[in-house]
Amino acid sequence: MQILMQIFFLGLCACCFMCLYRIGRGPSAPDRTVAIDILGIVVVGFCGLLGLTTGQDFYLTVALAWALLSFIGTIALAKFLEGRSFDE
Amino acid sequence: MSDVIGYILIALGILFNLFGCVGLVRFPDVYNRLQASTKCVTLGTFLLLVGVALANGTGPMAAKALICGVFVLVTSPTAAHAIAKGAYASGVALWEGTVVDQYAEHVKRAKSK
Repeated sequence: MQILMQIFFLGLCACCFMCLYRIGRGPSAPDRTVAIDILGIVVVGFCGLLGLTTGQDFYLTVALAWALLSFIGTIALAKFLEGRSFDE
Repeated sequence: MSDVIGYILIALGILFNLFGCVGLVRFPDVYNRLQASTKCVTLGTFLLLVGVALANGTGPMAAKALICGVFVLVTSPTAAHAIAKGAYASGVALWEGTVVDQYAEHVKRAKSK
């Protein structure tokens, strides 16, 4: 079971590093925005898995808050890309 | 029994996440990357959180995992839609192998009306 969990965490770490590669390399700003969005969702899954392994349920609270903040941040970045102000 | 199903769902979800992130790295274009990564990672994270809820049994953790999964399932496509519109409006060029651009035709038709 320990080894299975390690494989799960390694898979999610590989996802995070691929997103970080795209954030660093991405030729345009929307590329980076997409990668930040995906990184946020992957981290939500990471928090869920962390809560399962440690048996502490506040990690799931962190995951909920992270999902909310990631969504709001992505919407703000998309508005910024579109070149409009926030109250339109 | 239910925790075995939960672990299978977690493994499936992480596999989806990996495929989505490979698409994020390998595809040539913002729109292709958005298309590949957002859908795969949304479904993968949803499966992962449902798997966490099943593997943990009942209790506050399972409830929070299910709420979080549904929230991700609702908000992530919305964010992807907003990013796609923002990318198009900020003038990112399409990949040279793209064959059809129906959004440009739609905008032209809406302007001529």
